[in-house]
Amino acid sequence: MEGASDRQDTSVYADIETIRLPFLDDYPLYIGLFSHLKNATFLRKQLLEGNQDFEYALIDATSILSVKHVLAAAFRAINDMLHGRLRSRNVHSEIVYSLGANNNITDAFRHFGILDSTTALLVIKVGRASSDAAVTHDSVSAHLRANVEGQLLPFNDENIVGLSDMAKIRKLYKITSADAAGKGGKKKGARADGATNGVKAALDGGGKGGPLTAQEERVEMEAVILGTMAMKGS
Amino acid sequence: MTSHSLPAPFSNASSAAPALLTQGAEALVYKTVFLSADTPCALKYRPPKTWRHPILDRRLTKQRLLSEARTLTKCRREGVKCPGVLGADWDAGWIALEWIEGYTIRKCLDKFLHGLEAEDIASTNKEAENKDSEEAQKRSELWDLMARVGRAVGRLHEIGVVHGDLTTSNLMLRPPQSLREGAFDAEPGAAPSNDGPEDLSGDVVLIDFGLAIQLVQDEDRAVDLYVLERAFSSTHPTAEPLFKEVLRVYGESYKGAKVVLRRLEEVRMRGRKKSMIG
Repeated sequence: MEGASDRQDTSVYADIETIRLPFLDDYPLYIGLFSHLKNATFLRKQLLEGNQDFEYALIDATSILSVKHVLAAAFRAINDMLHGRLRSRNVHSEIVYSLGANNNITDAFRHFGILDSTTALLVIKVGRASSDAAVTHDSVSAHLRANVEGQLLPFNDENIVGLSDMAKIRKLYKITSADAAGKGGKKKGARADGATNGVKAALDGGGKGGPLTAQEERVEMEAVILGTMAMKGS
Repeated sequence: MTSHSLPAPFSNASSAAPALLTQGAEALVYKTVFLSADTPCALKYRPPKTWRHPILDRRLTKQRLLSEARTLTKCRREGVKCPGVLGADWDAGWIALEWIEGYTIRKCLDKFLHGLEAEDIASTNKEAENKDSEEAQKRSELWDLMARVGRAVGRLHEIGVVHGDLTTSNLMLRPPQSLREGAFDAEPGAAPSNDGPEDLSGDVVLIDFGLAIQLVQDEDRAVDLYVLERAFSSTHPTAEPLFKEVLRVYGESYKGAKVVLRRLEEVRMRGRKKSMIG
């Protein structure tokens, strides 16, 4: 590992992640998480022009809460594709649409899709294990490394948390602290701005009182977000 | 209902088949994983009812599935402890729910009431000092658990939801994360020990919202409590004083709870059904 210790660039070690969702393992997901993105405008242009080589879900990573948030959107999109229920052009745009809190496709792309100003990017490619041998981990990896100007990070909760804009995510899914200000019917109006804390757990006797830790808050937000996404279109 | 095959994609043979846990009148509940191999989930599947007209059947399935999903998500938004919704497909009839690790309150009562006499349970702490400390410990843990049950139900009712099937089997004790690690997490999918928890610490979590309704009145809330009371007294006759503690804490848990408790007395007099029809 000569010279490895003094390298700053973790992308040397990071790789495009291959994830197989349980029950949908015929559709492997190739996922890349990039920080310090420099060519959002170029990537977005390829998307708008319908360049077939850039058939990806291109997501602004600041709108993403966790790994499961992403996987839930992918599951929904692939499952809807298999049932002939896509609301958008293809499974990749459907992943972006699936992230949205309501049925408005334009809103979903504005809130979760890549924008010219995007500097943190999550890229997903849905493969086809059985028939589509052209799309492989290596082909996706090579294409993204050649075309995305940014720093590739391992796709995990720690790195996602480092990029997410919690205030924005709360707003997108209408999660406010006033929604669950605690017990006793006390609606704490002063907290309604949601400035510091998001979802609050009921102050159950068995748990500790007081505000949630950042980690606990993310768990609560994830539950609300996944539920919201699951019921979309009903 | 006899054997049912799960809808796609859960019928996919390349993944481990979900294990059937319970079969109710409306739905089958399986244990499986969702989104990742280390995320256990309860998969609730409402198979088509062949005796119903297909259009009506689809509409009812969708309605009931979505009602459950909406209520659960509302509860999580408001900080009520219950399973989160991980995914759903109302056309196919399934909903994937967060797996709640732990023990039913029924199981906890079974274990902790065992060996305790009715008068032991009711006795105050002062008298308890003469008793051996292990029993005193058990008793105080039980009383504390009852307070948590009262608060959990109170919080649910406060946000305008009634459960509709509030039994001691639909209330879970989820041990603190620190105790769950090792006990369950070492082997995802491993059943918790059959003899119940070692102690009664943890959160009270409500499960099975299949019959839950929103926009409720005090009458509905009172009936919820009445059903729970009957569940207590029928399976744990010695637990009557404990249920009083549930109601006491419930009464203090939100504005309006006292009115519901008064309503409960009326419901007790006449039984669960308000109208004499049906």
